[in-house]
Amino acid sequence: MTAILEVRSLSKQFRTGGMLHPSRLHAVDDVTFALQPGRITALAGESGSGKSTVARLLLRLLTPTSGEVLFEGRDVARDRRRRDVLRYRKQVQMIFQDPFGSLNPAKTVRAHLERPLRIHGIAGRSDAKPRVDTLLETVGLVPAATVADKYPHELSGGQRQRVAIARALAASPKVVIADEPISMLDVSIRIGILNLMRDLKELEIAFLYVTHDLASARYVADDILVMYAGQIVEQGPVDEVLANPLHPYTRLLIASVPDGARTLEPIEIRKGTAAAAVDPPPGCRFVDRCPLAIDICRRETPVLVEAEPNRIARCHVTAPRQREDLHAQPAA
Amino acid sequence: MTLAFSVTPDVPAESATPVVELENLVVDYVTRTRTTRAVDGVSLSIGAGEIVGLAGESGCGKSTLGNAVMQILRPPAQVTSGRVLFAGENIVERRREELRKFRWRNVSMVFQSAMNSLNPVMRTGDQFVDMIRAHERVSKHEALSRAGDLLDLVGIDRRRLRAYPHELSGGMRQRVVIAMALALRPELVIMDEPTTALDVVVQREILQQIRELQRELGFAVLFITHDLSLLLELAHRVAIMYAGEIVEEATAAQLRDDPRHPYTVGLLGSFPPLRGPIERLSGIPGAPPDLGAPPSGCRFHPRCPYCTRDDQALYARQVGERPLLRVIDAGHRVACHRVTA
Repeated sequence: MTAILEVRSLSKQFRTGGMLHPSRLHAVDDVTFALQPGRITALAGESGSGKSTVARLLLRLLTPTSGEVLFEGRDVARDRRRRDVLRYRKQVQMIFQDPFGSLNPAKTVRAHLERPLRIHGIAGRSDAKPRVDTLLETVGLVPAATVADKYPHELSGGQRQRVAIARALAASPKVVIADEPISMLDVSIRIGILNLMRDLKELEIAFLYVTHDLASARYVADDILVMYAGQIVEQGPVDEVLANPLHPYTRLLIASVPDGARTLEPIEIRKGTAAAAVDPPPGCRFVDRCPLAIDICRRETPVLVEAEPNRIARCHVTAPRQREDLHAQPAA
Repeated sequence: MTLAFSVTPDVPAESATPVVELENLVVDYVTRTRTTRAVDGVSLSIGAGEIVGLAGESGCGKSTLGNAVMQILRPPAQVTSGRVLFAGENIVERRREELRKFRWRNVSMVFQSAMNSLNPVMRTGDQFVDMIRAHERVSKHEALSRAGDLLDLVGIDRRRLRAYPHELSGGMRQRVVIAMALALRPELVIMDEPTTALDVVVQREILQQIRELQRELGFAVLFITHDLSLLLELAHRVAIMYAGEIVEEATAAQLRDDPRHPYTVGLLGSFPPLRGPIERLSGIPGAPPDLGAPPSGCRFHPRCPYCTRDDQALYARQVGERPLLRVIDAGHRVACHRVTA
């Protein structure tokens, strides 16, 4: 299985603190992962953990401080030629969180879908109609002919999000990045959108599902990346990670999720946030909240280690460094 | 910090004396062009020291209901009929000055966005002082020391009284707001999505704290949220609201083990599980109705999987007759034509 999009040691720092106290916010720090066609990868974490910054870096809305974004083996993060940028944008599409803000209230559904078709030279004015109908049917908006002539305000939140998904699919992308696509929708219609994402895997699209909701990640995704304070702290197949988490932060997250099947079990909570680090000192970023912390955790920043087959974590205790860590083998 | 509490509800739902009773409450939003009925004939009682959850989707009227209990509805919203009984007395008829004393002393409220409930240009301590002195004749010094005690209660360093809201994290701000809501020891605290804007770990922390404070101080809680799985963990009793009506009400355990209304079943089936096998979930087809023009008969019938023409007599009732909320088991009420005791 070859990766369609590969991210290697991606970092993004922002300058903060003004002139008197200049400091650097490590929003994304040494992030490495790959997206495969026909698989959904969840990128999970709390607000401020850097997950949306990763999405923006992949979309070229931000330029990385260091690291590479390889699309079909070519580094696109620093493409300058307009032709290259356009080619990449056609292949990598985005679904936003807010279906109310991401559609133009003055344009019909048809106009929303025809625009990417024209921009990317897929269809002209004359042959766009059948494509629009097919797209609407793909996302479950039927009868397509009726829906196409509606305006966003005539649609429910769930329908609008389906239009946004259809628009993302219009250019036949190879990668789709969905940033919290269900968090603003009503509970009863969220599952419909998640089911649609599952069905779209058949199109051999590589999905990056950015979310803070572990249960939905488990439902829809194949793999999961857990971010904390700008770093990936754990990654692996979503079922295995959630059933048997390695990193203490993943464990804390899982224990915190409300689960109607039990009553409020007390969990141990220590103060702290997953907000990205400003001028972080060496050591593990989770150390102050970690129940397992030992001496080395304060001295040395842990690296991602493959502790079990396909199970990678950044923890001195649960994934101690062995002969081979990921930095020794960046291509692994 | 480890908090511990028993798993079983400490207040039996039936025996508690009610703090608040809603009787056939109807709240309308009246504008020149149309009237939208946001709460339509809701009866609900909240016992002393009980956590009652109110779950529903956006636009179902759950926040309007909370605002009606607090009596902070503003035009165009109005209580058209029905009563809100507080300690047996109807507060809908009370005068403005009486209500001003009643609010916060007897019933207080925590809103979703703590960011917007605190004044950004005032130190936290001064906001406590203002609030306490609006209700009691105490010195500023005494009010401040009580504010410090309240911050202790919610686990925030009392030196933070000197902090401005922007100097506190989202979770701390929400705890400050909870502390303020508890300042005058009210009998009931209404919490309207108090943890929705927070991260899941912080949410967990605050829920545990609410539960601990509630056991310690004995106030009742009306907890309003769209997150049913959260309520099943936190609440003693849960009411499910759909299109302005309560369609099912039961203890958390009853709802978890034996949900009867098709909407409740659909809602429970809309949360993918974190454990166990993954099956394909179906959610609920369609979308919540517009309260300006609710469906006839049972309001859920356009989305209901059991509303088919197979049984003509039943179908006629489903589309033509509003189901009543009936007791089907001790403490379990359901409004569905198909469900009988």
